[in-house]
Amino acid sequence: MSSLLAIETKDLGRIYKLRGNKKEPRKELVALQDVNLTVERGELFGLLGPNGAGKTTLIKVLTTLLSPTSGWARVAGADVSTDPDAVRPKINMVSGGESSGYGLLTVRENLWMFSQFYGVPSKEANERIVALLEMVGLKDRMNTKSAELSTGLRQKMNIVRGFLTDPEVLFLDEPTLGLDVGAMRDVRRFILDWLKADQERTLLLTTHYMAEAEELCDRVAIINKGKVLACDKPSVLKQRLQKDALFEIEVSPLNGLTQQMLLDQPEVTKAAVQEIETGAKLSLSLVEESALARVINLFTQKDVKVMSLSKREPTLEDVFVDLVGRSMAEEESNERSE
Amino acid sequence: MQTSTSWRSFRMAAWLGWLIESNWTDPFLFAVYSIVKPISGAAILVIMYGIISQGNYESALFPYIYLGNAFYIYVGAVMTGVSWAVVDDREHYRTLKYMYIAPIHIPIYLLGRGVARFITGSIAVLITLLAGILFLNVRINFAEVDWLLFFTTLIVGVVMLAMLGLLLAGVTLTLARHEGFIGEATAGALYIFSGAVFPLDILPEWMRPIGYFMPTTYWLELLRRSLVGNVAQAFPTLANFSNLQILGMLVGLSIFFGAVSIFIFRWCDFIAREKGLIDRTTNY
Ligand SMILES: Nc1ncnc2c1ncn2[C@@H]1O[C@H](COP(=O)(O)OP(=O)(O)OP(=O)(O)O)[C@@H](O)[C@H]1O
Ligand SMILES: [Mg+2]
Repeated sequence: MSSLLAIETKDLGRIYKLRGNKKEPRKELVALQDVNLTVERGELFGLLGPNGAGKTTLIKVLTTLLSPTSGWARVAGADVSTDPDAVRPKINMVSGGESSGYGLLTVRENLWMFSQFYGVPSKEANERIVALLEMVGLKDRMNTKSAELSTGLRQKMNIVRGFLTDPEVLFLDEPTLGLDVGAMRDVRRFILDWLKADQERTLLLTTHYMAEAEELCDRVAIINKGKVLACDKPSVLKQRLQKDALFEIEVSPLNGLTQQMLLDQPEVTKAAVQEIETGAKLSLSLVEESALARVINLFTQKDVKVMSLSKREPTLEDVFVDLVGRSMAEEESNERSE
Repeated sequence: MQTSTSWRSFRMAAWLGWLIESNWTDPFLFAVYSIVKPISGAAILVIMYGIISQGNYESALFPYIYLGNAFYIYVGAVMTGVSWAVVDDREHYRTLKYMYIAPIHIPIYLLGRGVARFITGSIAVLITLLAGILFLNVRINFAEVDWLLFFTTLIVGVVMLAMLGLLLAGVTLTLARHEGFIGEATAGALYIFSGAVFPLDILPEWMRPIGYFMPTTYWLELLRRSLVGNVAQAFPTLANFSNLQILGMLVGLSIFFGAVSIFIFRWCDFIAREKGLIDRTTNY
């Protein structure tokens, strides 16, 4: 009865009860709400959302660490809350941005131990460990105590731990968080190679790097405040914006030009003004490319000079702005001030 | 499949626990912890006894007290060994969540982690006994020791203590803060209710039932009887019961507490998943 679906959720919800104190009564925090997702076997699925969106919460529920408060979820064919023992042998998980592991064991010992918990035959485990460490460029540190590794290297070790047990469904929570650019590239390539090697392997990763989601994922769910706002292939998500023409214009000086003036132009659907030393950077979304003439006209009236102008393809960032009404960075700073 | 899962959970946990426990970067600390501490504890007891009894070390009462105290080392060691693993993995190594999602039996994993403290605890008990025999006037006639009773009792008791450790591990799991010393604290609290260094009869009447309910009471009594025989005059608490009857009570209570422990652990485990406590870390 091997189902085609690696992950399936139905109206999944999670509410945290926050402990009250003398000043404030108990509060409830809705971390996930009515999440309906299906991920097929062989997919690389991305969860994209700002801080506090509920990505980690969703991973915790799917990996049997946290009970949902409503709805249900199935991973590798079994229900995560009623049948966790059937789920666990088939999954693994890595969270980035934290250094876990037994510092007094060597890299190899740490990994070997976990492979034994999954019942991987010792010889095979050792072969896999060497091969995987080679792939992430950690082989020469195999016999180093993991406490002596830098945070980034320890994270790589942790990533290897996730892949080592050859899970059917692998969950990566911000796997590249805190890594330098080179290491990030290594890890991304490693993820893609691993998936390519076996069509049945499924990987769910969370990220708040738009480019990462775009580069890696077959499908992406955009999630904000616990709700899935859209879920599709990155190209399809972007198509909905394709009708708009996006322009980046650098001008100098600004001469009192405001965002509102730009928005007042009939064909301008979105405008952002970011002041820089030499003037300002404008991001415009136009109904039609021809509307650019009108904007240039406005510049002439205001005596604003165009320093550079480029047309750009929509990104997932634009999709997020389109769905939420503000950028992910704005959403995050807003979250903090709340 | 079931047994192999359990066995590998236990075996790997014991291996890990031993590497952690024996990783004394400072051998001096190791010596202090496992040799000096128990011996000085015993020495204080001997001195106190000497003052109270006016130096009557020949009394059969003396080895009774000394042995009770020595074997009580196991109580803290084993209970802490099992329950501390939760704190260690969750707070220190941040691996508890990875253990949890692995296809292992978490209770058996935790019991395995306790093996190392059982071993270091055994060393401490042995050293204390040796010190007692060599320097502190403790007399044991090895020809008269009931070894079968001794080892049966020891094994039953250690299993019982490990199960109590599991109970504490469950409680630890639901406590957000790092209540790591819950094992030692519980051992300390139970010390006076176990007839370790004085008979339960000394306690106020309303407190005695606690002692009668603790399996440690019967365990210590049997260990002492197996080594030095019964001292009914000074420790009259269980004098009317035969060894076999006491063993029966020990086994019965152990099974009872074992079942309660499993039940409570499961319940705490459920609560921890409800509340999302498995990967909760407190910031030191
Ligand atoms: N154990 C908890 N108790 C109470 N609230 C929690 C708990 N864990 C998470 N939350 C809250 O639930 C919401 C979702 O958190 P979650 O960690 O899932 O977000 P995230 O998308 O992973 O964010 P980030 O990008 O910062 O990792 C947040 O508002 C967070 O404060
Ligand atoms: Mg997160």
